[in-house]
Amino acid sequence: MIVAVASGKGGTGKTTVAASLALVAAEKGPVQYLDCDVEEPNGHLLLHPAWEHRRAVTVPVPVIDRDKCNFCGRCAQICAFHALAVLPDEVLVFPELCHGCGGCQYFCPMKAITENKREIGCVETGQSGAIQFVHGCLQVGEAICTPLIGAVKEQAAPGTLTILDAPPGTSCPVIKTVTNAGFCILVTEPTPFGLHDLRLAVKMVKKLGIPCGIIINRSDGQDQLIVEFSRDMHIPVLFRLPEDRMVAEGYAGGMPAVTVRPAWKPLFQNLLDGLEAGKQCVS
Amino acid sequence: MQVAVCAQEGSPDAAVDPRFGRCQCLVLVNRENNYWESIANPGINSSGGAGIQTAQTLVDRRVEAVLVGRIGPKAMAVFQRAGIKVFGGITGTVRESIDLYHRGKLPLLDGANSIAHAGMGGGFKKA
Repeated sequence: MIVAVASGKGGTGKTTVAASLALVAAEKGPVQYLDCDVEEPNGHLLLHPAWEHRRAVTVPVPVIDRDKCNFCGRCAQICAFHALAVLPDEVLVFPELCHGCGGCQYFCPMKAITENKREIGCVETGQSGAIQFVHGCLQVGEAICTPLIGAVKEQAAPGTLTILDAPPGTSCPVIKTVTNAGFCILVTEPTPFGLHDLRLAVKMVKKLGIPCGIIINRSDGQDQLIVEFSRDMHIPVLFRLPEDRMVAEGYAGGMPAVTVRPAWKPLFQNLLDGLEAGKQCVS
Repeated sequence: MQVAVCAQEGSPDAAVDPRFGRCQCLVLVNRENNYWESIANPGINSSGGAGIQTAQTLVDRRVEAVLVGRIGPKAMAVFQRAGIKVFGGITGTVRESIDLYHRGKLPLLDGANSIAHAGMGGGFKKA
C-alpha cells in the first residue's frame, strides 16, 4: 500500500509524521520511505540511512538539425512551456523550461528534431534498519522536478508498505507525488494559516479521488478551527500530536518524534492498523 | 518598420508597463506614418516562459526595436540572436516613450536588466 504524507502549508510536520510512521511500521516488517520533496529532501536527516546507490536522472531535451530545419516555427507554437523560440534563421532552445514531452519532435514537419539527455538530479537509495530509504535530489537551479519525483516513485515495491513524504503546497510536484496513493495523510497545524492551506490540500486530494485523513500537529488543545472543517468535509481527524518542546529539540538534532516520545508510537500503530483494515479510507 | 512598446492598455496614450513578459499589452507604432496597432500579450497568462513567448511574437512581427522597462535574460537572448534592438527606460505614456526613442534618449540595452524568474508570482515557491 502507498501512503502519502502531504500538507498545504510547509513546516507543519510532514517529515515528522512520515519518519515516525516508517519507524513504527518497521517494528513489524519491511517498509519503504520515499522522500519526494526533491527540492529540499530532509527525511535522511531523521532516518540516517546508510547509502548504497546513486543513479543520475535525465530528461530529454530537443536538438535541432539546422540542415533539416526550415524555421517554420511549429515547434515553438506547440511548446506549452515556451522552451523554444524560432528566429528567421535560428532555433533557440531553453533546456531549463523543457518538460521533455517530445511534442516538438513529434510535430516537426521536417523531422529536424532529435533528443538529447540532460541530467536534472539523482535518486539515492539506502537502508535504515528495516526501512528501505529512497530520496531524490534536484540539482540547484533546476525549475522542473516532476520527472525526478517520478523516478523516486519508480522505486516503490509492490506489496510493501510505501510511505511518500510529499513536498509542501498543492502544485505539480505534490500532485505528482500523491497520485496513485491509496491514502493521503494531511498534516496541519491548528492555525488560520494552517486551515487555509489545508483547505487547498483537501480540494486537491478530493479531485484526485484519494481518501484522506488529517493529523493535527503541534496541537495546543484549541483545535476547533480544524475540527469544524474536518466535520464539514467528512474527513476523519486521525490523531493529534501535542506541541512539545522536547520533540522540536529532538528534530533539530536529527531525532524522530517517536524516538523522543515513544509514548506516541501507539497513535501511529493504530493508524497503520486502520489503513491495513481499510477503515480510514473514508473520502 | 514598427517599434513595440510594453503598455498597460492598447493605445498610444496608455501608460507604459514596466514588465516585459507579463505586460498587459503591446503597442506597435510605425515610425514612417505613425500608424499604430495594439496586440494582446500572449505571455501574460503563461505559467512560465512568458518573456520567450512575448519575444517570439515580436520576432514574428519583424519589429525593428522594442522599448521596455525591465526585461529578463531569456527574452533578451531571443532579441539579441534575432538582431532586434531593445531599449530600456520607458516612462509615462507610449507616445512619450516613442518620442524619447526617436530623440535617442532611451538607453540601448546590451543585456538583461532583470533577473530570471520562473512562473507567475515573482518566484514565490514554498513556505
